[in-house]
Amino acid sequence: MGTQIAHAIADGILGGGVYALMAAGLTLIFGVLDIINVAQGILVVLGGYLSYVLSVHLHIDLLVGLLITVPAMFVIGVVIYWLFIRPLRGAERTSMTLLACFAVALIVEGILYREFGSQYVSLSASYTNSTVHVFGFYLSEIYLIGFGLAVVAIAALYLVLYRTTFGRAVRATMQNQAAARLIGIDVNRVAAITFGIATAVTALGGMVFGATSGGFNPNSGYDLISRLLAIIILAGMGSIGGALVTAIFMTTAEALVDIWQPNWSVAVFYLALVIVLTFRPQGLFGRRAVRAQ
Amino acid sequence: MRTHTQRARYLAAGASAVLATALIAACGSSGSKTSSSSPILIGTSLSLTGDFSADGQAFKQGYEIWAHDINAHGGLLGRQVKLVILNDNSSPTQVDTNYTDLITVKHVDLTFGPFSSLLTAPSAEVAHRYGYAFVEGAGGSPLVFSEKLPNVFDVALPVVKNFDPLVNWLKSLPAGQRPTTAAYPIANDTFAILQVQRAQGLLQQAGISTTYSKIFPEEVPDFLPNADLVAAKKPDVVILGSTALPTAVSFIKDFEQQHYSPKVMIAASGPDNAQAFPPAVGGVAVANGVMWPNAWYPGYPNATSQAMVQEYVAKYHPQQGASGVPADVAEAYSVGQVTAQAVTATHSLKGSKIIAYLHSNVTLASVEGAVQFDSLGENVKAIAFIFQWQNGKQVVVLPVGAPGAVPIMYPKPNW
Repeated sequence: MGTQIAHAIADGILGGGVYALMAAGLTLIFGVLDIINVAQGILVVLGGYLSYVLSVHLHIDLLVGLLITVPAMFVIGVVIYWLFIRPLRGAERTSMTLLACFAVALIVEGILYREFGSQYVSLSASYTNSTVHVFGFYLSEIYLIGFGLAVVAIAALYLVLYRTTFGRAVRATMQNQAAARLIGIDVNRVAAITFGIATAVTALGGMVFGATSGGFNPNSGYDLISRLLAIIILAGMGSIGGALVTAIFMTTAEALVDIWQPNWSVAVFYLALVIVLTFRPQGLFGRRAVRAQ
Repeated sequence: MRTHTQRARYLAAGASAVLATALIAACGSSGSKTSSSSPILIGTSLSLTGDFSADGQAFKQGYEIWAHDINAHGGLLGRQVKLVILNDNSSPTQVDTNYTDLITVKHVDLTFGPFSSLLTAPSAEVAHRYGYAFVEGAGGSPLVFSEKLPNVFDVALPVVKNFDPLVNWLKSLPAGQRPTTAAYPIANDTFAILQVQRAQGLLQQAGISTTYSKIFPEEVPDFLPNADLVAAKKPDVVILGSTALPTAVSFIKDFEQQHYSPKVMIAASGPDNAQAFPPAVGGVAVANGVMWPNAWYPGYPNATSQAMVQEYVAKYHPQQGASGVPADVAEAYSVGQVTAQAVTATHSLKGSKIIAYLHSNVTLASVEGAVQFDSLGENVKAIAFIFQWQNGKQVVVLPVGAPGAVPIMYPKPNW
């Protein structure tokens, strides 16, 4: 039993890295723009498809391909913001952006169906099936890579937010858009770049998702979005580092429940969400605290 | 006391209500449109998007090939047939709405079933409400037959017996070769649960002990913790209750990563996907020896089946050629064949006549073999086959002696 628990914890930590990678963009967009990007699930899948195209059709390694997919997703993110989010104004902006993001999700899904059909595809490389033997366990290399990418991506986002001039502009926008405008910050430009960065990070999540899942198709985003939203709500919407910690907590709890009763694991995932929000409505790492840093 | 005017109004209102009810019933009842020149409308709801979209798209292809073939041969009762296909997005509520729409608004003459037991059960009730026969090809779980609807006819194999050929073969092995332990990870879906639990019960009776048997949710993107728990037990046999490709692939990839290779690896769904399965698990070497149950295969020795396979290959060009034709296509095509035979025999599109005919113990022909329905609408003539990946090819291995069957690869080669 001790071995099973240890293995479940290892699985939970590595799986949490993959989720954090997929959720980082979602929480960044909410933190800066107050937008719940319900298109995040399909953007993860889009990132997976971009890696698939480079890998299968151009024979570019999945990790090397990120050098192309990350900038490509940045551009896609900026375009989405400019076309769908920026024109929305007024008191109903928050609810309108929710609908706009849903429209984006449907459009992207439709394009993917048209281009790739409903057949499942998967991402393969030498490291997607290999393992590392550590402390008596075989740990999947692709999960280790995913966890490493999550730590690097989140650290990079912190550096951008807290060690650069652009980061100061972003945080000023997070705190008060009107005041940011008064001191000469181009809020629209900041918002567009932030949306682009968040979407670019999602390219990493898409690649790892495609390589760790058993296969994906344009419909796969729907199963993701509810779990990603749960993670960032539990973490405290806008908390990037909190998303990593929370994702690890959630996936570890699930893996532990799997030992006794796997059918309850998803329920435990959402039960934890309800309990935490009851006693701490701002989540484990509330946004107010994050913005004050 | 009511006046004459009031009485007249009540009578008029009552008559109007009766007339309206009669009109609605007439519009809704099957086979109401009998114009000899207009095409016969056949309505179906398919999962063109959503969780079942891969199967739903294949079903659409199967229905379309059948419609093309019957129209090329003069149609049905001398009329061309026209498919009216709605997308249910794999949703049980949407499928209900779609069949109501097909029957009451689009006034289709006949209905064909959707994909999956989950969607067939609610749609069969809608068809029953309006008196339509409901021939379907992918609703074989007891969930569909539990309501005992008289209008349901499943041309495919009742799924609960899917693993029977494997179970019988394992029981027939000499004691020294017979596996001693088995694991049963099962997705939370009636399609998977009932067939795997039946196999588990039969194997336990045969002395093969259970090391793991749990039901897991299928809406998670990966199954690493569940697969690790199975691998840790190192059972000789794994009977995986999967409902889609990603589940089977996730388990197999994790088994490989955990350096665990069972003697028998069979999954209810997933390995049959000729195009996606080998690359998803890491190549044909990993796929080698993996099995799955089904009632049809592209090499099925049936002339109509072979013609359908050739037509499919010519039209849709699957990467694997004939071996890439999904079983969904044959299931859909069979629905059309069985319905056409019933309509031709009864010279009618009326649901009641078609239902009575299909319940008359008549044996019909389909690309999946003979079809005969019991009182529940299950196909008692369907035969279960077990298939296996062998050196990059899908081959039938069980029952021993089945047409085209080759020796089973046992134990499965290491990953």
